[in-house]
Amino acid sequence: MLTESDLSALLITLQLASITTLILLVVGTPLAWWLARSTWRFKFLVEAIVALPLVLPPTVLGFYLLIALGAHGPIGAFSQLITGRPLAFTFAGLVIGSVFYSLPFVVQPLQHAFAAIGRRPLEVAATLRAAPLDRFFSIIVPLARPGFLTAAVLGFAHTVGEFGVVLMIGGNIPDETQVLSIAIYDHVEALEYTQAHWLSGGLLILSFLMLLTVYGVNRRFSAVTS
Amino acid sequence: MMINDVPTTEKTMTIDARFILNREDFKLDAELSVPAQGITALFGPSGCGKTTLLRAIAGLEKCPGGYLKIGDRVWQQGNIFVPPHQRSLGYVFQEASLFPHLSVQKNLEYGYRRIQSHERKVSLDQAISLLGITHLLNRTTSGLSGGERQRVAIARALLTSPRLLLMDEPLAALDLNSKAEILPYLERLHEELEIPIFYVSHAPDEIARLADHLVLLDKGSVSASGPISQMLTRADLPLSHEADAAAVIEARVCGYDKEYHLTQLDFAGGRFTVTQKPSNPENPVRLRILARDVSLTLEPQSGTSILNIFPATVQELAEENVAQITVRLDIGGAPILSRITRKSAAMLDLKPGKAVYAQVKSIALL
Repeated sequence: MLTESDLSALLITLQLASITTLILLVVGTPLAWWLARSTWRFKFLVEAIVALPLVLPPTVLGFYLLIALGAHGPIGAFSQLITGRPLAFTFAGLVIGSVFYSLPFVVQPLQHAFAAIGRRPLEVAATLRAAPLDRFFSIIVPLARPGFLTAAVLGFAHTVGEFGVVLMIGGNIPDETQVLSIAIYDHVEALEYTQAHWLSGGLLILSFLMLLTVYGVNRRFSAVTS
Repeated sequence: MMINDVPTTEKTMTIDARFILNREDFKLDAELSVPAQGITALFGPSGCGKTTLLRAIAGLEKCPGGYLKIGDRVWQQGNIFVPPHQRSLGYVFQEASLFPHLSVQKNLEYGYRRIQSHERKVSLDQAISLLGITHLLNRTTSGLSGGERQRVAIARALLTSPRLLLMDEPLAALDLNSKAEILPYLERLHEELEIPIFYVSHAPDEIARLADHLVLLDKGSVSASGPISQMLTRADLPLSHEADAAAVIEARVCGYDKEYHLTQLDFAGGRFTVTQKPSNPENPVRLRILARDVSLTLEPQSGTSILNIFPATVQELAEENVAQITVRLDIGGAPILSRITRKSAAMLDLKPGKAVYAQVKSIALL
């Protein structure tokens, strides 16, 4: 069964995915809203940058983040100044890396959900005296609920599955930066196939259940609103 | 009294607007001033700017440099631009646009809850009974028919107790049955609430039935504006030249002939006898007389089956085509139209000022 270090890796993974998803929902929502609504002609530049992690090898992203977060990188140096240590090889560093890595998985479903709602419901709400923020929370958020659910689950699941970025910037420090995917790799390296099976099977089932929830709930929702 | 006469008391407010918009594919250069009461129809062909003008009034379309005053409130002038959610207006879109995530009841309450309680002049119960939607309150919006959705949308807009109600072709997306279902409710709004309505339409029959005031739009600008009965009969405007050209006259029920089951109606120029019976004899009724149902004679005819014959004065003659002309007549102050052949006009030697008799073959109670 699971060893103590496996459990710790599981806990770190869940913490990392939860915090990353939360940050991404807060940061990604206004970004996605802007992408869905803006008519700025260089918007495609921002869209391309947001989509970059989809195609970039995680090791490349991890490499640049390692430099940025390290003692001589701009972010790492700043962190060194404030906290006395750089961000590379810390949990906080992992969170920063994951936010970049999973950004498109949260922003794109939200952007599509916002775009699909169109302008009309907002115009109707405006003529019914709803101020802009009121319109967003009373109309957009409930109508984009499937988009939010998809974004949250994809962001979470994708962060759980990350390997390359974590390896580059987090290293493999047990109880601090060792996540499940790396723990599995270690078990396989050490020919501990039983434990690798337990962790891999668990992740497989967890991921499948999460996606099942997304598709099931969204199907029910579209039946209600269409 | 004619339908369109705006009482010229000091209390009469106006709605004044001027909007200029230059788009690559579309220009709007519209200026209008209409009474802030009754139904003002914005009429014109597709693409003439009716909807854009309505959206500019709502503030949904930004027209820099525009001007808009509703009664004593300025909504746009110079640097002043009151955003849509701070304008006391209701907007009914062509497609009902109910919020799909809210029940009918919650849709109705959406705007109602967002205005101050002292501003609430229209109550929930009043709007619900006015539009006949009591039985729909607990339903979801997806199960409603087109007509029901539009009635809920109208009630929802009314519940913000607006100073101005804007309706953008509210019947255009509906089938004939649903149209017939909604029109009586629109008439009730007109009768029971003192909210001025701007009604965009390209259907002459809807306008004849509902409008008090008519604004004609053509290629983005206002080509004419005035009381409905005059606008429908002016020879210089396109409506008097339609195949279904008609005059609209307001009348009051004054009697009922029990033996022959006929209703008698008083209007400015005399008394009509009609077969239809108005639902509420207390209210003024509106009559529509098609130009092609009015024939002219020089002497009053006896021995005719036509009941409605009135002395009239020829005001204007306008040629329709090589064979037909339209005559604008005055019957005691009420303008009506007659479509006759050019030959008949020559035989009767019609010219402005000539006294004739108008025989009205058919009158529709609207």
